[in-house]
Amino acid sequence: MTPRLSLELVCPAGTPAALRTAVDAGADAVYAGFRDATNARNFPGLNFSRAEMREGLAYAHAHRCKLLIAVNTYAEAGAPGPWHDAIDAAADMGADAVILADIGLLDYAARTHPHLRRHLSVQASASNPESINFYQRAFGVRRVVLPRVLTVAEIAHLNEQIDVETEVFAFGGMCPMAEGRCALSSYVTGESPNLRGVCSPASAVRYEKRGEDLVSQLGGFTINAFGPHESAGYPTLCKGRFTANDRAGYLFEEPTSLNVTGILPDLRAAGVTALKIEGRQRGKAYVAEVVRGFRRALDGNGRTGALGNMTEGQRETAGAYRRDWR
Amino acid sequence: MTATLSLGPVLFNWQPEDWRDFYFRTADESPVDVVYLGEVVCSKREPFFRDHIPAVMERLRSAGKSVVLSTLALVMTDKELSALKDMVTDYDGLIEANDLSAVSLLAGRPHIVGPYVNVYNEGTLAYLAGKGATRMVFNGELPATSVRTIAKAASKLGVETEIQVFGRLPLAISARCYHARSRGLHKDGCQFVCGEDGDGMDVDTLDGDPFLAVNGTQTLSHTSVNLAGHAAELTAAGVGVLRLSPQTCDMVGVAAAFRRLLDGTVSVDETQLRLREIAGGVPFSDGFFRGTVGRSFAESAA
Repeated sequence: MTPRLSLELVCPAGTPAALRTAVDAGADAVYAGFRDATNARNFPGLNFSRAEMREGLAYAHAHRCKLLIAVNTYAEAGAPGPWHDAIDAAADMGADAVILADIGLLDYAARTHPHLRRHLSVQASASNPESINFYQRAFGVRRVVLPRVLTVAEIAHLNEQIDVETEVFAFGGMCPMAEGRCALSSYVTGESPNLRGVCSPASAVRYEKRGEDLVSQLGGFTINAFGPHESAGYPTLCKGRFTANDRAGYLFEEPTSLNVTGILPDLRAAGVTALKIEGRQRGKAYVAEVVRGFRRALDGNGRTGALGNMTEGQRETAGAYRRDWR
Repeated sequence: MTATLSLGPVLFNWQPEDWRDFYFRTADESPVDVVYLGEVVCSKREPFFRDHIPAVMERLRSAGKSVVLSTLALVMTDKELSALKDMVTDYDGLIEANDLSAVSLLAGRPHIVGPYVNVYNEGTLAYLAGKGATRMVFNGELPATSVRTIAKAASKLGVETEIQVFGRLPLAISARCYHARSRGLHKDGCQFVCGEDGDGMDVDTLDGDPFLAVNGTQTLSHTSVNLAGHAAELTAAGVGVLRLSPQTCDMVGVAAAFRRLLDGTVSVDETQLRLREIAGGVPFSDGFFRGTVGRSFAESAA
């Protein structure tokens, strides 16, 4: 029998309903954001009012699950009010941690709410022990969410050199770029992950029928074209087909999903504390299936269910965790 | 308009002799005051031009230029981190930190915070100023409203600010090499194919529209930033240094055009005409600064 792997399962809660679903499906922690530009999934119809967050927190705690609140965009110059308010609210309601990326906000949180646990968001792109130790020394960060650029061997080596917990992405969308350092979306749509909490926003997306083909566009640029027998994906900029050196193809990344179920023991052995499932924009059914699948995998109960069916285009990758991804 | 011109680090994998000669010509002919150099994108390239660094620095200093060493933007491996530590220990001149690891190592001594470190607001700036930052280079996606607010806070803190006003704009950095990937190679066996594209590899849409440029692990805009039309606004806001990011076009000519604009000897329109001549067919953009789609360019600034 596979031994139980004591990795904390951190699950997405884009809505109150998804939060309850994730808790019921066996999440050890859920992460959520307020309904404004202070979090990196600022999509229409998602996120939490203050009252909803309080209710979600009560529900999570009643089921021995933690709630982490993401305030992981960069505060607007001259107008940090909404970001400070979000951190204050998280502290006041007793959230288990805030997930922050902005140095100004980390500084604010450390000074204003020293007892509020601080996690470093993947959006801070801290990819080496020197950076991580800096965030720990300067702001008392207790956990770092690692950017999706490191191999398992590099993560193991990193964990030997730092005194903070590491959380790694385990399943779902796969940014090929170092997170928090990408302005591709705002270059063509004006909407940026760092400033507005959105990437390749739906408002900038258009689909166009050209003969038999379906063409997807973002900000007026063709991101992909699908033949009649291909399933059309969402035009996230870095997952499109482009031409370079007269060759057309997925230059940055294939439309594929990250799935680490095949390397769970390796991640545990590398000293990883927590696994993060991406997908606050996903519905309840998806969250339930993925969280249950990971719960079973972590508890050593064999099959991971239909996880493979939940991946984008039903294709999956171990991403940057394998060196040959580079 | 009182502002200093700087030349940012060469971002592309130029032949070592071309790299050296570019800086020699800058020393001899360019009206820039500050020159940045060093490998920002891929640590595999640095050994190629390492031996030329002392001569280049010497030539630039003799010409009265202020020289700054730029660090790598994405530091992942032991080797990269120890090279960074060596740079900080061995070099007592000014260093531009392009990753938080460099900020950490430089804390307590005067340094420059580069455009790859996310400074989006005055709170972050104030913290970094407390660690020794004397100049901060704006992230390329910041709108004018943020630039003004941060520049104002910076002047109160005694921190200079700098913004890129010419050249393709860095948009993303990755662990993966897209230059290698475009040839069916991996980063470990890349054959340094990035050396074939002095201004980056053109990336077009499936419709054939020019879209982006790839420089190894870095993705840049297809357009060249051009903030000549905003130079007066920038200097009025207190942005003291205007950065020209090297491309293979005549960068001495670009620097001369901006210098004359800042000195008030030519108009914005004449400057734009001159920049168009130099840049060839490369379209310009100023959208980020205007708070809109980054690739766009205001007709009034054209």
